[in-house]
Amino acid sequence: MEVTKVTNATRVFKIGEVQTKALRGVDLSIVSGEFTALIGPSGSGKTTLLQLIGLLDQPTTGKVFVNGQDATSLNRNQRADLRKNAIGFVFQFFALIPTLTAYENVEMPLLLNGTKPAERKARINEMLEAVGLSDRGHHRPDQLSGGQQQRVAIARALATNPKLILADEPTANLDTENGKQIMDIMQRLNQETGVTFIFATHDPRVISYARRVVTLQDGLITKDSTE
Amino acid sequence: MTQLFKLAYRNLGRNRTRSVLSALAVSFGMALLLLMAAVINGEMRGSMETTIKLQSGHLQIRPASYDENKISLKWDDLILNPDQVIEKVKSLSQVTVATPRLIASGILTLSDESKGVQIVGIEPDSAANQPFREGMIAGEFIKADDREGILIGKTLADKLKLNVNDRVNLLVNTSNGNVDEQLFTIRGIYSTRTPAYDENMVFMPLVKAQAFTATENHVSTIFVMLQNAEQAEPVAQALQSADYKVLTWRDQNTLIVAFEDYAGAFMIIFYLIVLGITATVVTNTLIMAVFERTREIGILAAIGMKGRGIMAQFLTEAALLATGGVIGGLIIGGALIAYFTVYGIYIGDYGMTGALFEDRIYAHLTLGDTINLTIVTYIITLIASLYPAVLAARMEPVEALHAAGG
Repeated sequence: MEVTKVTNATRVFKIGEVQTKALRGVDLSIVSGEFTALIGPSGSGKTTLLQLIGLLDQPTTGKVFVNGQDATSLNRNQRADLRKNAIGFVFQFFALIPTLTAYENVEMPLLLNGTKPAERKARINEMLEAVGLSDRGHHRPDQLSGGQQQRVAIARALATNPKLILADEPTANLDTENGKQIMDIMQRLNQETGVTFIFATHDPRVISYARRVVTLQDGLITKDSTE
Repeated sequence: MTQLFKLAYRNLGRNRTRSVLSALAVSFGMALLLLMAAVINGEMRGSMETTIKLQSGHLQIRPASYDENKISLKWDDLILNPDQVIEKVKSLSQVTVATPRLIASGILTLSDESKGVQIVGIEPDSAANQPFREGMIAGEFIKADDREGILIGKTLADKLKLNVNDRVNLLVNTSNGNVDEQLFTIRGIYSTRTPAYDENMVFMPLVKAQAFTATENHVSTIFVMLQNAEQAEPVAQALQSADYKVLTWRDQNTLIVAFEDYAGAFMIIFYLIVLGITATVVTNTLIMAVFERTREIGILAAIGMKGRGIMAQFLTEAALLATGGVIGGLIIGGALIAYFTVYGIYIGDYGMTGALFEDRIYAHLTLGDTINLTIVTYIITLIASLYPAVLAARMEPVEALHAAGG
């Protein structure tokens, strides 16, 4: 089943009078259960593509489908709803809310989702356990290491049981050991739950985890290889 | 909802000093408004009470032709045999005091100084004279059969350096157009704490005043006090007669009534200025918070929080700031008002034609003003937070996520 599809997508940024073409017509289809890496040099368009798939941004032309739904025809609130229910995010910076504990950070998407308290509690504990942080639930982000914060972010991304997780350079700010741990967790969750992962990276050690590697250069997909 | 408040509370706690200062701005703004409302209220109330007590009464009954500005002593402009009218007035249950008074223009002269005064003939035993009796600071109150004694006010005594038992010469215009003069002895000095009044009013027994001004059994007015001021209109209606004018305290104190209305308008402008300044502080604080937390706004948007959820977040923070500010305002304002209610604010001799002011203003805060100001402050603080809240809600997730801050 196709989790997301991008057809002939372009994205042009205008800064003053200067136009920058971040994507020049990208076609990409991702099916359920994939563990896909988007690779390419800086400025190749991998983050922009991830943002389009994640409905954080809109293509200048072309279409983006999520779970078969044309997301480019949705308004701002409808896109937010689709993100809430279908997509999880892991960012390069450890994107946690600093005033909330690890437990509360994982709880946030469940609150937005309207999950009932008992079910919420069970799900949070399950997710924290899945990333090996059962005993760190009451810690705030500034009391956790970078690796631990990224694991909380993964737990949060998975909390609402989305079909698709998008990770933008998830190990870029981590040392080798923590980076490996994060990739191991993502791979395990992909295998155990069947959730689809798409991650942007240019770290060769991270690329080695991917079963499919999509290479971008100058806003175009230049190579798409499956192991 | 609990989460919303929890998150808002923690967000405010991130920069405690800034949050406390913002709440204090709301507190000081509100305290200032409460104090202003209480002072103006107190001033209006005090002035009206003083003027009623000393000068106008709740009602005055005067001859139809009497002109207050001329202080005429012509018999046609006076009430003959006031006892009949007083009897009728006293038959009404709302009336507590009804007493005749004769008012004449005079000049008090010393060997080298003179001063224009108003001579008022009173029935010394009347309860209407209680403010003067209570305000005696030297000597004794005049008696009904005293033929030479007068009372003068403290301000006049101070200005002319007069003391009890000093003898002064009084000149007066009589009813037949002549001028008469006589030496009087100062029996006592009173203070109503209303300098403008105490400088001008000289009291003597009514019978003596009538003899001195050749008005015989006539009086200028019948001074009436009621159980409360609100009874003035119906009692005035009940006493209407073709022979007399019945003037209520409102009729006689049009300046104070008008001033009260102007004070209301002035207060609204003052509210807007102070709350405008307070609102600016709150807006700035929240705008700073929005820019500091732009990336977090992006994260919340990314995980599916809609614009209205983000807006609610900032409005909740503003609501908490407003709550803290309003509580602080009630405490600070309440303490200031409590002090000025007891000790007053000294304004000295603030004389004004048509209105009497005591030398101190005593703050008087009403429950209505307290509730109104609490609600207005709360609403203005929330309105002030609308712009930053909308700013946060309208941020594009992708731009917010890539912001340098937060």
